[in-house]
Amino acid sequence: MIDTVTVMFSVNGNDVSAAVEPRTLLVTFLREHLGLTGTHIGCDTSQCGACVVHLDGRSVKSCTMLAVQADGQAVTTIEGLGTPEKLHPMQAAFNENHGLQCGFCTPGMIMSAVDFAQGNPSPTPHEVREWLEGNICRCTGYHNIVASVEAGARAMAKA
Amino acid sequence: MYAFDYHKPRSLAEATALLNANPEARLLAGGMTLIPTLKQRLASPSDLVDLGGLPDLAGIFVGDGEVRIGAMTTHATVAHSAEVRAALPALAALAEGIGDPQVRHRGTIGGSISNADPAADYPAGVVGLGATVVTDRREIAADNFFTGMFETALEPGEIVRQVRFPIPEAAGYAKFPNPASRYAVAGVFVARAAGGVRVAVTGAGPSVFRVPEMEAALTASFTPEAIASVLVDADDLNTDLHATAAYRAHLVGVMAARAVTSALES
Repeated sequence: MIDTVTVMFSVNGNDVSAAVEPRTLLVTFLREHLGLTGTHIGCDTSQCGACVVHLDGRSVKSCTMLAVQADGQAVTTIEGLGTPEKLHPMQAAFNENHGLQCGFCTPGMIMSAVDFAQGNPSPTPHEVREWLEGNICRCTGYHNIVASVEAGARAMAKA
Repeated sequence: MYAFDYHKPRSLAEATALLNANPEARLLAGGMTLIPTLKQRLASPSDLVDLGGLPDLAGIFVGDGEVRIGAMTTHATVAHSAEVRAALPALAALAEGIGDPQVRHRGTIGGSISNADPAADYPAGVVGLGATVVTDRREIAADNFFTGMFETALEPGEIVRQVRFPIPEAAGYAKFPNPASRYAVAGVFVARAAGGVRVAVTGAGPSVFRVPEMEAALTASFTPEAIASVLVDADDLNTDLHATAAYRAHLVGVMAARAVTSALES
């Protein structure tokens, strides 16, 4: 008999407490228990980065973490970054630079990019491309994504 | 994923007790290999014992001619540590080249070496530097730690606490990464210390291995030219869809020369 485990952590600033099966992935918890479907499941093999969220401010792949491992920590998803009325500077930069085609990879790209820009306010295109190793765009729209991350990083530094 | 029970011990003794009480339990460190393995149902442990609640297992200490890294220290922490970059830049660079940023934020040195993936980066650094693996019950020399493909000298229930790296005079690491996974198709760690030169290869064979001919040549002359004529035998190397054994044998020579060049520049 497998016992459920009670987890308590904050999601986008709201305290969350729930009993989960230990095998519940963080991405599953976010999407199916909390209805936060902005975090996507792409490859499910830890490679594509569509599921990237922040854990205590650092980007992680939520498909490769158990929900119980986030206990006591702060999770931020794409829903916690900005609102349609007031986009986060990185979201605005993706909008302005057309940094998306189908949009499936975009939440993960933006969450990864925000973490990157917090440590590097004026990155070179090469640095952006190296950082985005863990995010795959199968439309192959990398050129505009890199331009978006450069612009977003500069905008975040000014904000 | 098959169901399992989850435990987050607050002490090493508690972790050991949990492992002893549950023979089918597995330790969970960063989970960057174990969780994908569970998702594919390639493993079905009865219990997971999460080491994430033991802050004493994470941390970096530099002193007494050594770099000591706690088992639960992430790759990103090692890569960005000013102390490691100053004392042992080749190891910081190795950590910076593992996987991708998100993997480096979770993956740990203890998890990496305990898993002993034949294409992982850390085994090359551990063996190349002649490090010592400190567990909850003993110290294991690097040369005795990795015993085969995904095989180590660790006993059932034994927990890696720390890896102690002696600081060399010079060291370098070079790898030819798989473009998708960033695992090493072939990676070579070279270190020159008072006791001589060590050359450790990952990715090319079933487990990390040393190249005595290169070590002898580099002890005589620590230059890339010194190993240009050393041929690596392809007989025991891996062939897969990424590279043949003969290609890997060639890559070992190229990566070793680059590692020496990197060591001379550091």
